[in-house]
Formats: sequence, structure tokens, C-alpha cells
Amino acid sequence: MTASTSARPRTMTPRLAVSDTRGVAKRNLLRILRTPRLLVISLVQPTLLLVLFRYVLGGAIRLPGGHYVDYVVPAVFLEAVLIGGMTTAMGLAQDLQSGIVDRFRSLPMARSAVLAGRTFADLLRSVLALAAMVLLGLAVGFRFHNSVTACGAGLGLILVFGYAFSWMYAAVGLATRDPETAQVAGILPFFVLMFASNAIVPVSTMPAWLQPFARNQPLSVTVAAVRALLEGGPAAHWVWQSLAWAAVIFAAFFGLALRLYRTSTS
Amino acid sequence: MAEPMIEVTGVAKWFGATEALGGVDLAAEEGRVLALLGPNGAGKTTLVRILTTLLRPDAGSARVAGLDVVGDAALLRSSIGLAGQFAAVDELLTGRENLELVGSWYHLPRAEYRRRAHDLLERFALVGAGDRLVKTYSGGMRRRLDVAASLIAEPAVLFLDEPTTGLDPRTRNDLWAFIEELVADGTTVLLTTQYMEEADHLAHRIVVLDAGQVIADGTSQELKDHLGGDTLEARVRVVGDLERAAAVLAELGSARPRIDADQRRVSVPTNEGTRLLVAAGRRFEEERIGLDDLGIRRPSLDDVFLALTDPDRAEAGRA
Repeated sequence: MTASTSARPRTMTPRLAVSDTRGVAKRNLLRILRTPRLLVISLVQPTLLLVLFRYVLGGAIRLPGGHYVDYVVPAVFLEAVLIGGMTTAMGLAQDLQSGIVDRFRSLPMARSAVLAGRTFADLLRSVLALAAMVLLGLAVGFRFHNSVTACGAGLGLILVFGYAFSWMYAAVGLATRDPETAQVAGILPFFVLMFASNAIVPVSTMPAWLQPFARNQPLSVTVAAVRALLEGGPAAHWVWQSLAWAAVIFAAFFGLALRLYRTSTS
Repeated sequence: MAEPMIEVTGVAKWFGATEALGGVDLAAEEGRVLALLGPNGAGKTTLVRILTTLLRPDAGSARVAGLDVVGDAALLRSSIGLAGQFAAVDELLTGRENLELVGSWYHLPRAEYRRRAHDLLERFALVGAGDRLVKTYSGGMRRRLDVAASLIAEPAVLFLDEPTTGLDPRTRNDLWAFIEELVADGTTVLLTTQYMEEADHLAHRIVVLDAGQVIADGTSQELKDHLGGDTLEARVRVVGDLERAAAVLAELGSARPRIDADQRRVSVPTNEGTRLLVAAGRRFEEERIGLDDLGIRRPSLDDVFLALTDPDRAEAGRA
């Protein structure tokens, strides 16, 4: 008889769930660190956007009372983190395709561990991406104009919002079940939120029908909060709204992604 | 009699309007190998997914190791191992990391899963490659690692979904030997395969699945007996002789000969063995029918499989 006689826990406890999640996070971190090329490639797109806005379009955009570089770069920070989140969608779709999710689901691990572990690992990727973008931003003339605490809070808010958003990408990856489709499906909400927003140009320059959406959608609110924290100005109003959006996005897509995971099979 | 380790009763599964499983019954005893044999799309993988808690059955019930696959799913996962059709190992981790992580997800104590991972690397001849990334492994090494991962917690019941598909003969034989060792140690194994040879070699019991239905269930000997006895088979040199050769066999045999024009082959069932072979040889010579081959064939599991899953053959088999 081989059935193991060693004492093994029979029911899921929070401690086990944490240890399962840590295992998944470790797996995904090792994957990230062992494919540094992917990390670099994921920075190409935000870098191009940075150069485009700073040097190509930046000259044509006049802002009353301020430098455009300080206006647009905080938005590019957020964007770099959100674009990086796409790897969550593609990675999960790939795991589904490769049969690894079948193995995970046949194991007695916590049901949330696979998704939580991945989003935590991708959060570390976000930190690295954000650090790289800050250095690039400084190189093209962006400057922090607020206290260290406020600037830290601003960068922290980007990570919080990005983490909530990564659960949307998790749901996209599980729903599309295919890395290419996941990429196309994932970029859509990103572009809509990015362009119909205050990220690149002030909302007041947009047609009247677009303004209410462009002013109040989650990404605009967050960009406004980050700008205020990095560059000065009243921030609290925007920060609370951004955190509220992050909470709503997290709650909605956490539930959805978990439900998709429970029924997904390769 | 001991309680079966796998017990499936009337399990049905639909994907939209497609019936994947239409009321399957089967049972596997402890320490035995049950082979699920069937063509692509027969429902083998669907059944494995139901038994490993990945899918819920739409009707019927199934128990594995005494636990219900739906009601006790969470508990059951501690007692089973699954190696799927694709090697579900992580390319960017080393072999050892793959095994140790799976061990930690089975909630084995760290010292135990480290030791087990090392033992399994040894047992599957992967020690030298254990600390290399899996992306440097050959297909056979990946498959061995995948099976090793499914064994890390010494599961009472092991599910192997087409474990040898795409493996070279040597690796396949090695894997067969591993499976035999496991079973000797008391593990119950359910394996799916398209290869009759594999089922013949490993399984104590074979369930043939076709279009979601069990169409045969028994030992390999029982299935062969069911199909009937030996056949006398002659392959003529020129197609034009086929009819005359069939006439010769019709005189000698007890049933109507079957003609396979593509293979230039005529065959007739017989239970007279060598005596008929000699008589047939003499008659073919008298008739001056040139032969490429003449012999007695015992039915292989391939014949059983083809007869059971192919409607035309099934008709011929009954005739």
C-alpha cells in the first residue's frame, strides 16, 4: 500500500492558502526573472509612448501654466504598469493551453492561490517597470515637484490601481483561453480608457459629449490623483475616487476570475 | 471482495448539444490497472477529467478512493495524481523545482517533498538533469517529469491520460516498467490509451469506449475470446487470384471467407489450426495460386478494437 501515511492537513486553512499562494508567486517570479528579455520588451511600448508624447506631440500641445512633460509623464507611469498587466492575461491563457491549469486544479491547493500568486508576482514586475519608467522620465526632463511622502504615495497609488486592474486581465486571460486573443481583448479596454481620458490632453479640449466620461472614468481619476501627488495641488478628492474605483474593479473581477478559474479546463 | 478504488455509475456529460459521455459504468479494483481504450473523441479524457474533479458529471455518480468526485472533491484531490496528455510541467523551472512545488501544493512537509522529489528524479533517471531548466529537456524527459510530479504525494489512485503518446519505444518501455512497479506497490492506475499493445501489456482490465459509450469491458483475453478464434489468412501475389483463393478457403473453412482487396488478402475463421494450414497450402499449389503469405493469425487486441469501433467490421465479425 503506497497511499501516504504521513499526517497531511485535510482541510483548507488560511495558513495553507497563504503557503499555496506563495508557491505560485515563487513559480511566476522565477519565470519573470528567467525571461529578462520579456521584461525589457514590455518596457518598449511605454518608452515609445513617452518619447512620442514628450518629443513628437509635446511641442504642439500647449498647457496653460505648466510643462507638458510634467503633465504627461505621470500618465505614462500608470500606463506602463497597466500595459504590463497584460502579461497576467497572456500568462494565464498560456497556462490554460499548456494543461498546467488542469494539474493545478487537480491538486488540493487553495482555489484562489493560482490567481493570487500570479497577480502578486506580476505586481513585482510592475514595481520593476515603474522604476525603469521613473528613470526614463527623469532623463527626458520630468521632475517631481512634491514632498517625498506625497511622491511615494503617488507611485504607490499607481501600483494599487495596477494591481486591481490585473484582476481584470486575469479574467480576460481565463475567458479568452488563448494568449493571442487575450492580448487583443486586453488591449481594447486599455486603449479606450487611455485615449478617452485626461492622460494625454486636458479633457476640456474634447467634444462635450465625451467630456463627462473622460473626466470621471477610473483611469482619468487615477491620473489626476497621481499628478496631484507628484506635482502638487489638491489630491485627496482624486485619491479617494481612485481608491474607490480600484476597490470596485478588484471586487468585481476577483469574483469573476475565480468563477472562471473554477470551471476552466484545458 | 474489496471495495473498488474507482467506481463509475451512469456518468453522463454534455458539451452543449454534444454528448461526450452517455451513461458510463465501470469499476477498478485496488492495485490494478484499468485501461480506457478508444479512438480520439471517444470520451476518455472527459471521463478522466470527471474522475480528477476537473469537470462535474451532468448525470450519474463516481467515487474514487471511496470519495465522491463532486461532494468530496476537495478531499479527493489529496489522494489522486494526474498526468495529462500534455506534459504539464513548467519550462522555466528546473525539474526539481517543478517536483518540489507540486509537493508543496499537496501540503507535504518540506523535508518530505524534498526527499520525494530527489527519489523521483532518481527513479525516473532525471537526477543529472534535475537542476536544469525543463526547456532543455527532450519530449521523453518532460513526460517522465510529468509522471513523476503526479507521484510526488504517493497517490492511492493515479490517472494517466495517454502517457506514452509520442514517446519513442525505449522511453515507452521504461514508463511501462515504472507503472508496473507502482502497481506492484499497491497503487491503482487508470490509464487512457489509443494503443492496444499498451492496454494488452499493462492492464488487468480493459474498458473500450466509443462515442461516449462503454462497448466492451473485460480482460484482454476475454475481449479476444469474444471476437472468436483464429483465422487462416492468405495473401495472394496478384489481385486477379483473389476470387479463386476465396473459393479454396470456402471449401475448407467453416464460414464464408472475407476478402480484403487492398491488401490482396483472404481470410476465414478456423479452429482446426495447422491441419487446415497444410490442407490450404496443398490446394493453393494444385490451383496454381501464387502466394506472398499464408498463416494462422490469432486475434490481436487491435482486431478487437477495430471490430468493436468500426461499424462495417462489426457487421462482418457477426456474420
